[in-house]
Amino acid sequence: MASVVCGFFSFFSVPVKEKKLMDVKLGELPSWILMRDFTPKGIVGAFQRGYYRYYNKYINVKKGSIAGVNMVLAAYVLFSYCLSYKELKHERRRKYH
Amino acid sequence: GEGSTPGQPGVLGGAAFPFASPRFQIQPKPKLYVCTIQLEQQYTRGAPLGLRPSGSYSNTTSRENCFYASIPPSVDHPPATSSEFCASSREEKKKIARRKQKRTPCSLLARLVSRHLPLAPAVCVRGHRDAKPAAWTSADHALTGGTFCRRHSGVLQATRIFHTGQPRLAPLPPLPEYGGKVRLGLIPEEFFQFLYPKTGVTGPYMLGTGLILYFLSKEIYVITPETFSTISIVGLLVYVIKKYGASIGEFIDNLNEQKIAQLEEVKQASIKQIQDAIELEKAQQALVQKRHYLFDVQRNNIAMALEVTYRERLHKVYKEVKNRLDYHISVQNMMHRKEQEHMINWVEKHVVQSISAQQEKETIAKCIADLQLLAKKAQAQPVM
Repeated sequence: MASVVCGFFSFFSVPVKEKKLMDVKLGELPSWILMRDFTPKGIVGAFQRGYYRYYNKYINVKKGSIAGVNMVLAAYVLFSYCLSYKELKHERRRKYH
Repeated sequence: GEGSTPGQPGVLGGAAFPFASPRFQIQPKPKLYVCTIQLEQQYTRGAPLGLRPSGSYSNTTSRENCFYASIPPSVDHPPATSSEFCASSREEKKKIARRKQKRTPCSLLARLVSRHLPLAPAVCVRGHRDAKPAAWTSADHALTGGTFCRRHSGVLQATRIFHTGQPRLAPLPPLPEYGGKVRLGLIPEEFFQFLYPKTGVTGPYMLGTGLILYFLSKEIYVITPETFSTISIVGLLVYVIKKYGASIGEFIDNLNEQKIAQLEEVKQASIKQIQDAIELEKAQQALVQKRHYLFDVQRNNIAMALEVTYRERLHKVYKEVKNRLDYHISVQNMMHRKEQEHMINWVEKHVVQSISAQQEKETIAKCIADLQLLAKKAQAQPVM
């Protein structure tokens, strides 16, 4: 959400006047979050930007490694674990931790 | 025909053939002239200098829109030279105002003019008839940055400027060689760099270990039978990837390189083709310098042919003249000969006449006596 890769063409144009997330101080975080573009166009743009950032960094290279796919799979595993945690709670070995 | 019968306004339909309409009382002229006159008529009917409402653009193409656009006030309507043209334009104004709804003749004409207009400034910019399109384009350039172009979606094709900016991303930047570095196949390097200033090299590993132990102890991660299958599967995957990863990567890189080599080949072939074509062009252009040989040869041939015919005719003349002279000579010879013969005959005749019978006998006797003498002499001689 923070930056734009200049090597891709997305359908929606990307606003460039905001600071990057790493440059925002902690106190400014709420105002920074509010400053972001929450219109549907902005949200779609944010997803597009994120996707292309990941894609151009790890997948769209000449000699890509397995890490590009691996990270996506690991994220999927974690995500599905989180979704199914509610049922997994019942298989705990101890009741009190 | 154009301007032939003013009494038949819409025989062919105003939409089909605009030249048959009674607006044109003019003799047939080249198309460009006729169309610009029609446009001048359109504009002299007092169209307001301003934007037409966009609703009027509904059934015309973008090319024709430009003719309904506003003209900058700096351009005057050039005056017509012929009076009849003025008169016709003035009286046609009412007809044109009545025909406001009919778009098709105008659109056809606009299409005709738009086809010819890009040629107009190049073809002929003399005279008032062509001054209007030339004035449009010149006025457009006079205004800042082609406002005539920017004001409307439809634009005079002659004045639009394309590709004025610098080309971005051309040629495309090459793909990066390697992706972002990732440790343990899962965690990007940036995370380690992020923690390095505060925790040193082992920080992220400690964090990872601590987190794992925390999840296990608090049973946020629950150990189920699936855990063991997960561990074995992940172990197998890691083993396979470590062992065969590099070779598979090389194999796929080879495939990629083959594809690229093919494309490169195509590109090189196309470049070579074009270069060959360029060289051929150059050779043919060089040949142009040697065109004069062709013409010299032709000129020589023609000169020789001329010479030959000249000599033939000279020879013919000579023969004819000689013929005539020979005729005269032969006539003379013949006369001479005839006269001679005639004289000889006449002389012989008279001589023979003059010889009487008596004389003839004596002469013959003498001849015989002489011959006898001679014979005796001749007999005597061969003995010796």
